[in-house]
Amino acid sequence: MDFTVTEEQSILADSVAKFIENDYDFETRQKIADSELGYSQEMWKTYAELGWTAVPFDEDDGGLGGGPVELMLMMEQFGRGLLVEPFLANIVLAGGVLRRTASPEQKEQWLAGIIEGTTQAALAFAEPQARFDINDIATTATAEGDGFVLTGRKTLVLNGGNADLLVVPARTSGAQTDQGGITLFAVAADSDGIDFKRYKTVDAQQAADIQLEKVRVDASAVLGEVDNGFAILQAVIDEATFAVCAEAVGIMRTMHDKTVEYAKNRVQFGVPIGSFQALQHRMVETLMSCEQSQSLLLWGTMVNNTGNNDARKSIHALKHQVGTAGIHVAKEAVQIHGAMGVTWELDIAHYFKRLTAIDLLFGNADYHLDKYVELAQ
Amino acid sequence: MNVNFSEEDLAFQQEVRTFFKEKYPQDLRRKTDSGIKLGRDDYIRWQKILYEQGWAAVNWPVKFGGTGWSPVQKFIYANEMAQANAPDVVPFGMKMAGPIIYTYGTAEQCESFLPDILESNVFYCQGYSEPGAGSDLASLKTRADRDGDHYVVNGTKTWTTLGHLADWIFCLVRTSSDVARRQEGISFLLIDMATPGVTVKPIITIEGELEVNEVHFEDVKVPLGNLIGEEGKGWTYGKVLLQHERTNIAGVSRSKFRLERLREKTAQEINGGSPLLHDRNFARKLAAAEIELKALEYTELRTLAAIEVGKAPGPESSILKIRGTEVQQTIDELFVEAAGYYALPYVPEQYDLEYPEADRVGYGAETRSSLVYFNNRKASIYGGSNEIQKNIISKHVLGL
Repeated sequence: MDFTVTEEQSILADSVAKFIENDYDFETRQKIADSELGYSQEMWKTYAELGWTAVPFDEDDGGLGGGPVELMLMMEQFGRGLLVEPFLANIVLAGGVLRRTASPEQKEQWLAGIIEGTTQAALAFAEPQARFDINDIATTATAEGDGFVLTGRKTLVLNGGNADLLVVPARTSGAQTDQGGITLFAVAADSDGIDFKRYKTVDAQQAADIQLEKVRVDASAVLGEVDNGFAILQAVIDEATFAVCAEAVGIMRTMHDKTVEYAKNRVQFGVPIGSFQALQHRMVETLMSCEQSQSLLLWGTMVNNTGNNDARKSIHALKHQVGTAGIHVAKEAVQIHGAMGVTWELDIAHYFKRLTAIDLLFGNADYHLDKYVELAQ
Repeated sequence: MNVNFSEEDLAFQQEVRTFFKEKYPQDLRRKTDSGIKLGRDDYIRWQKILYEQGWAAVNWPVKFGGTGWSPVQKFIYANEMAQANAPDVVPFGMKMAGPIIYTYGTAEQCESFLPDILESNVFYCQGYSEPGAGSDLASLKTRADRDGDHYVVNGTKTWTTLGHLADWIFCLVRTSSDVARRQEGISFLLIDMATPGVTVKPIITIEGELEVNEVHFEDVKVPLGNLIGEEGKGWTYGKVLLQHERTNIAGVSRSKFRLERLREKTAQEINGGSPLLHDRNFARKLAAAEIELKALEYTELRTLAAIEVGKAPGPESSILKIRGTEVQQTIDELFVEAAGYYALPYVPEQYDLEYPEADRVGYGAETRSSLVYFNNRKASIYGGSNEIQKNIISKHVLGL
């Protein structure tokens, strides 16, 4: 039982923290978020130069061989800085599929560029009818000649509008919600038959709804095995769920700290509002929400590290916790900031929106509570 | 970062598990499994077994008879104890008076008081609260006036848990009223309850049982040598003690054991044709409690890890007290819900192993679930109410 991190891990976390402090203040973040692209190519280049985009990948593939601890530490910091660059979409989601499935040729074609920061990628994990169920896939991939033809609709494809590569789960057999019969495809975004509807999300992410209309791909586009893509998809979504939970904990801490600081300085009735017991107790509650979430995050990190049976249970527990506790902290922070808390000008509002989005991403608190119930029975 | 126990810790776990399996008396196990309260003799018998093993005073320094265990070993021990459904030692001597005595007392005091506590020859109770001093403990009025070689104590202490079974009481008393702050002039005093002028009056609590008492002191003569530490510094000592108490009363291991039992029980309980455990509303409540408890377990482990590198349990132990008692009370409620109608019969005399089977009303320990629930509303009130804990965190952690 050991909660300490290695020196390398600590240096990695510090490098993100320093970058935020020196180069990524809230004003900078807002300018980037408002841009057409929705992220900064220049910043992304820096991410790659600092080695962050290489962290979770195998050393043989040009990565740094990082695991859950590295991912947790980075995502927590990303949360604190409210960074908008598509790390989750590129590195955790699309990169996560490639890391687990890509052949040497596919690695050369796609993964090398992702690690170098020159290729933008996205994983189309959601469909309009599926809500949070990643096995609910109506998009079909029909074998034709030496390849496949893909038809269907994908929604909320994070980084989809900027992507060079789309990783597309499609049904090669089975009924719409079967876990079997799902195949993962690497599809060039400029392939014929793909229509993009680009948009921004409330939390300043770039996303797209995508229509695939008889999109032809070669057999070499299959990532992993035909019909057996679900386990991979699930592992990647689990990891992404873990990642956004770590990000959420960073955000919660920041919102809590900023709120306490504000309460010490904001004077009403001749005294700091932090002297009011009604507010003090609410901030103690948000502190406890932060601590309890941090604790489950550490549990999740440590059981993920061992491949222990508790790993999947920990993901559901953590996402439930972060969903409920995150919304709790977010709402209290806005309330205690008063009317300033609901202005576009203040960072609190944007942290609030990101926590709202994180609760919904990959299934909200109730969804994961039910998944936990299923596993526990 | 690593979740696994070391080889040494695993061996220790096995040793502790075997000990509880073999040495926790079967008749006491039947009592604890049936929810029957243990009496003074039961506690003393069990604590003497722990003493023989050298495990009575887990937290004490080795030189006074403690274990010298690492925080992880203590965590393992608490878990195994809970899994065996064995009661922890009565805390007042072993976990409260003892640490104050060896931390602030003289060598002579250590010699004269600690062995009897360690060997369970003497039972202690706690004299903190008074009728007029609850959450506002510093307003306590019990006085100890110097008179030659002794103090004369006058006043009333209340909510004294197990006071009717105790031989000694440790008290916060006012030794001076001429002070700038009310927290000054308070002293920490050990009092033999057999001294003339001490009377114990029972208080029956909500579930109808005797657990707490009012203790009256009328011109009670207490030797000056029973003062622990400096006169007037008792408040500081008492605060340190409360922080120890707070980590103790989180009760994570105990709650874990109870949740597992609840899961087993409700897997059998039929509700509308299927087990209650499969009822979506109930299952969600159970799952949410499990998740909260898992988080709390790791919050406690983080606190233990901090202690291991030399940090004392600080104000963050208040978090454990608040969330720990909240989870306990949630579990209490779920047990009542699971018992259904069986939670309603009130037949106090049947909570005795000798009670004739044929005369019992309801079944198993279920009719006790409501009594446990009623009684344990105390958890968010004692040891400094949860609202007081929030005041402490607000001041000392948040700096508000």
